[in-house]
Parts: sequence; structure tokens; C-alpha cells
Amino acid sequence: MTTITQPDDAAISRIHSPTVSRPAWRTRGLSDQTIAWLFVAPTIALLLAINIFPLIWMIRLSFTSLNLSMSYLPLRVVGLDNFTDILTDEDVWLRLQTTARFVISSVTLQVIVGFGLALLINRQFRGHSFWTTIILLPMMLSPAVVGNFWTLLFQPQIGPFNYLISLLTGVPPSSFSMTGEVALAPWTIVLVDTWMWAPYVMLICLAGLRSIPDYIYEAAEVDRASAWRQFWSITLPMTVPFLMLAVLFRAIENFKMFDMVNLLTSGGPGSTTELVSITLKRAAFEKWRTGYSSALAIILFVTVFGAANIYVKLLNRVKQR
Amino acid sequence: MRKLTTGMKSGRAGGALALFAGVALSAMASQPAAAQSKQLTLCWAAWDPANALVELGKDFTKQSGIEMKYEFVPWTSYADRFLNELNSHGKLCDLIIGDSQWIGGAAENKWYVKLNDFFAKENISMDDFVPATVTGYSQWPKNTANYWALPAMADAVGWTYRKDWFSRPDIQAAFKAKHGRDLEPPKTYDELKQIAEFFQGREIDGKKVYGAYIFTERGSEGITMGITNVLYNYGFNYDNPKKPYQMQGFVNSADAAKGLEFYKELYKCCTAPGLTNAYMQEGLDAFKSGQVAMQMNWFAFFPGLYKDPNVGGDKIGFFVNPAGPKAHFTQLGGQGISVVATSDRKDDALKYIKWFAQPSVQQKWWELGGYSALKAVVEAPGFPKSAPFAPQFLASMAIVKDFWAEPSYAQLLLDMQKRVHDYVVADKGTSQQALDLLVKDWTKVFGEQGKRVAAE
Repeated sequence: MTTITQPDDAAISRIHSPTVSRPAWRTRGLSDQTIAWLFVAPTIALLLAINIFPLIWMIRLSFTSLNLSMSYLPLRVVGLDNFTDILTDEDVWLRLQTTARFVISSVTLQVIVGFGLALLINRQFRGHSFWTTIILLPMMLSPAVVGNFWTLLFQPQIGPFNYLISLLTGVPPSSFSMTGEVALAPWTIVLVDTWMWAPYVMLICLAGLRSIPDYIYEAAEVDRASAWRQFWSITLPMTVPFLMLAVLFRAIENFKMFDMVNLLTSGGPGSTTELVSITLKRAAFEKWRTGYSSALAIILFVTVFGAANIYVKLLNRVKQR
Repeated sequence: MRKLTTGMKSGRAGGALALFAGVALSAMASQPAAAQSKQLTLCWAAWDPANALVELGKDFTKQSGIEMKYEFVPWTSYADRFLNELNSHGKLCDLIIGDSQWIGGAAENKWYVKLNDFFAKENISMDDFVPATVTGYSQWPKNTANYWALPAMADAVGWTYRKDWFSRPDIQAAFKAKHGRDLEPPKTYDELKQIAEFFQGREIDGKKVYGAYIFTERGSEGITMGITNVLYNYGFNYDNPKKPYQMQGFVNSADAAKGLEFYKELYKCCTAPGLTNAYMQEGLDAFKSGQVAMQMNWFAFFPGLYKDPNVGGDKIGFFVNPAGPKAHFTQLGGQGISVVATSDRKDDALKYIKWFAQPSVQQKWWELGGYSALKAVVEAPGFPKSAPFAPQFLASMAIVKDFWAEPSYAQLLLDMQKRVHDYVVADKGTSQQALDLLVKDWTKVFGEQGKRVAAE
């Protein structure tokens, strides 16, 4: 049965009150799409102002001879000269090799250490939370603090690191300098970077380990698979996508590494630890070669972007498998 | 409620009126106070002489009513920070004490105000200043009467030594027995190396000490500012004096290569371990902690070292950069003071320079720990006895030589930093190869600048 009730006076007055005319205002003024655009517009404007515009401007500058320390010279369009100069410069290739060695060594070590730590932290034990916090501390520090702090630790005469090595090996502490010797300096920056960022890899791996359902291990137990077999057949394959993600993040970050290495070695001794980011900073903000450094920045951007794209495709293929 | 609100509004209005009246009255009553609100910002490096300048500046504020504000940046980022500021036409600095090598770029880019007319109007004569400082800090092009700065802080590389160790009878006897001569401050680099080798690893008061401290810093200008002291004296020249920018055979002459080898030998034989990236501060630390017998450093630090309770006073001595087999020079440091062209307070900034140029102010500047370049101060009869390092400072200022002051100096400097650090600290290649590569780098820089480089 349907009951029809008469509207009371208050309801009628509500209908005629100005507050209920909002839908009319919306249809008369702005559409949903316009409102959506209005919300997105500030972000797009910001993105254009701080990312896209400088990028386009940088591409434009890379074809010029601009040197900010000699801005009185007429600006010349030099075509691809800056790119040719960079790609035929033996020093730039050496810096790229140094960077590649640093990225490969540090990321490999970080993955091994980070994964190992994740396996340890994944188990429940007494003081679990405390140790997790302690392990995570280095990645919470600023790279500038880390650089200065390790410089002090590596000081040959008063630094505790050399004393520790001396205690373990018998080599006199002041007979070697971790940051000043050609053979040691590249490993020094790898060591410090690993100390700082292995916990980050650990966190990603931990997420991977915790995403493996328990029933898979239980089935393996039923099949009497050994712990070793479980690791190789379940744990490792199922965390590979996470490991690959960690590799991607750390490789991109380390390719751009500047602050910590600059503080630890300034790229020295000589140019032994001069990563390509240090070369870029020197060209742009110390030599003021704006055109040249813009071209170098573009080359580096394309390199990282291209490599990351290939890697992401690989990562997706692994995930699908 | 409405009444109350209205009452509050009228109260606020009354308060605002009273405040306005108060401000207006106080502005009318104290006209001189307006001058006190004037302010000048002076930019320089953060080091001992900057503290002396702050002290000196109080007199200027007293006389002129202009407040002085200071922007001091550590040496390692001094050039980056202020060249960035000048390049971007910033308004942070009204006055800047810029490094001697900046003068070419600052003049060409019109970062500094040209001071010729001002000097003429205020009767400030450049003949009243030590010639090397006028050429080094004020002129561009060099050796022409175009002035962009007033010499403000004269400086050069000098050496300190442990006078107390040198005067010990047992050490003197051991040195004489070994080398057949008295142990005294070296006059040549060969003597310096001999003394450094003698002290290297020696135990003094139960502590192992090292021979010498020299500059090896990679990032900014350190190793270049150290190595040139040896290179000049072994026969290195920046270019052919008769053909500007012809560097082949001058930068990389056989003598220059020998000088570079000598610096490396000195670094290997006689410095403390780990000093692979060390400049002024590390030198001061090494000397103050009693680690080294001799230290290369800028004269600017010597007043502070002389006052040091552990190694100052009778324990410290000073000597001029030793001579080499071919010449006797030392690296010029120091800076001139300039008015920044983009400043909105150029007139007040010029007032400061006029005040700073006065002999009485220059005299006080020296007494406070700054280094005056005014002849009336440094050539006064009492000057050599006014500080234990004053005679060495005067002698050094007579033999100074500076790095390139071209607008492209930063590129030239960083190229040299790389080539010499690669050879001396990182053991890469030979000294001749390092200097040949340097000629190649510099030729390219001058080429880009459109300066003709003679090929032969």
C-alpha cells in the first residue's frame, strides 16, 4: 500500500530557500570537468614552473655557448658542439666508468647486506623492535652528517676506524688513509653508502618476505623440503620482484650521488672517486659552463631514464612470471 | 552585544590612532635616528681577519650612523657562494671583499662599480698602496689605471716553524752532525726538504712529529695555492711574457716539471699521513696540535697562531717562502674591497670605502689583526717591530705572484687542481704529462673565450 503524505509548510519553505538552488548554480556556472581542472591546475602550473619549463630551458641552453662567468660575451648557438665535446672527452668517459663501478659495487653490497638483515629481522626474537630501530638509524641521517661523521672516523691519526683495523690486522693505524689512497678511496665510499642505505633495502625486502603466505612454507614442510630448499625455491623467487625494485631505487639514487662523496673525498685523491655528478656540479656551478653542463645533464638524464625504462620492463616480465 | 562590539571597535581605532601619533611624533622628534636605520652588508670569508673587521667596523657605525651587517662564508664555499650571488645580480652584498682572481670577471661582467672617478674625487691615490696589491686586487686589465677595488687585505703564503724545537741543543746537535750546518729557518726549498726529512717521524717530548705541512686540498683552490709556491721558484710561468697566452714551454717547461716533482717528493717524504685533502684549517690544526715542525699557510692566520697558548709566543717563528733554483716568489693571497654594482646603497658603500682608506683606520686595521696594504702603515719605521711576522710579511709582499685573474679563472683553477692533484696525490702519470695536459686544458679555455693562443 502506498501512502501519500502532504508536505508540511517548513519543507516547502526549505525548497524555496536560496540554499537549495546550488545545483542550479553548478549547471549554470562550472561543469564537473571544469571543477576537476580547477583543482588540478595549481599542481600542473607548479609542475610546469619547476620541472617542465626548466627542462625545456635547459635543452635550449645545451645548444649554446653560455658561460655565466663570462656573460658579457655574445651568446652563440653552437649546435651539437657541447654534446660532441662531452661524448669525445676521455675524462667524461672515465667519470662515467667510475660512477658505474660505484653504482654496481654499492648496490650489490646493499642488496646482499639488506636481504641478509631482512631475513634476520623477519624472525621473532627478544629485542626485535630495538634492533630494527638501531639498524634503521643510518638511513634517517642526513648525507651531510654522514659524510662529516665518517671523515672523522677515517682520520688516520685520531679516527677509530683505523685503530679498529690496526687491532684486527696489526697494520699501524696512521700508515694508511681510507679517503686519501687511490686503492682504498673507491671502497671507502662504497662502504659508507652501504652502511647508510642497506637498511633501506632491508625494509623493501622485509615487505617482500612478509608478503609470502605461510601456507606455501607449510606445504613445503609437508613435502619435507629442507630450510635451504625452501629458501631457494620459495623465499628467493618470491622476493625477487622486491629485490629488483630495491636495485632500481638504489641504482638511480647512486647514479645521482653527490653530497656524501663530495664531503668524504671531494672526488679525490686526484679524480679517483669523482662521480659524474661531481663533474656536472663543477662544470655548472664552479666553472659556470652553463651550455656545456646543460648538455651533460641531458646526457645523464637520458641515460638514467633509458636504463630505468629497460629495467622496469624487465621487472614487469619477472612479476608476470 | 552589539554595543560591546562597537565599543571594542572604537577602542581599537583609538589605539591605532594613538600608535600612529606616537610613531609620527617620535619620527619628528628624532631625525638622527633615521640615519641609524641605514644598513650596509659586507660579504667576505669566515676567518680570523673577518673578526678584526667586525671590530673595526664599529668605528664606522659610530661616525656615520650606518649599521654594518656581515655575511661571512667559509673558504671552501666562499667562491661558489659569492660568485653565484654576483652572477645572479643578487642584492645580498653592498660591499664585497672578493678574491684577487675574481677581478677580471668582476670588471668584465660589471659586477663591481668602477672606482676611478670616486678615487679622484676623494683624493684616494693608488700610489699610496703597496704596488703588488694594487695590481693584484684593484686593476683590470692588469697594469692599467682601471680600478675596481681598494686593496683591503694584503696577504701571501708564508711559513711558520717551531722555534722551540729548532733551538733545542740536542736537536741542533743532531742536525749539525747529520748535515754539517746549523739548524735554522730554510732559505731554499732544498734546505726546507732537508729539515723536513730530519723532523719526519722524530720523537719530541714523547710524541711522533712530522716534517712539514703543505696544501693538498682538491675541491676549491688548495693544492694550486700550495704548489705554485714551488713552481714559480723552479721556473714555471703562466705564459710567455712577450706573447700573452702562449703557454707551451712556459707552463710545461722542464724546469716547471722538476718543480712539480719536488712538491710531490715533499708531500711523500715529509707530511703527516692522511693529509691528502688539506688546506688552511687542517694546517692550523696540525701546527696547533704540535704535529709538524714547519707549516705552509697564509699570513692572515699568523696573528692568531702567535697568540696560541700552546704553540704561540716564543715557540713559534716565521719565514718567507724559500727560494728555488731559478727564482724567488711567493703566492699572492688577499683581497680588495669593492662596491657591488647591483647594490641599492652604493653611496653609503662608497662612504665606507672612503672611511676605510684613511691612514688612521688602516693603522688600526693592522693592530686588530688585519693586513693593511697602505704604504703609510707598512713602510712606517716602527712596522717591522710591530709584530714578529711583520718583517717576513713585508719581504713576502715584495716577491708575490698571482694566479690567472682572467674572467675564466675558475675554469683555469679547477683544471689545475685536477691535473696537479692527479699527479701529486693520486700518483697518476708523470709531472711532464700533468703539465702538458694542463696546457691543453688552458688552451681550450682561452680558445672558448676567444683569446688567441699562440700555437708554437
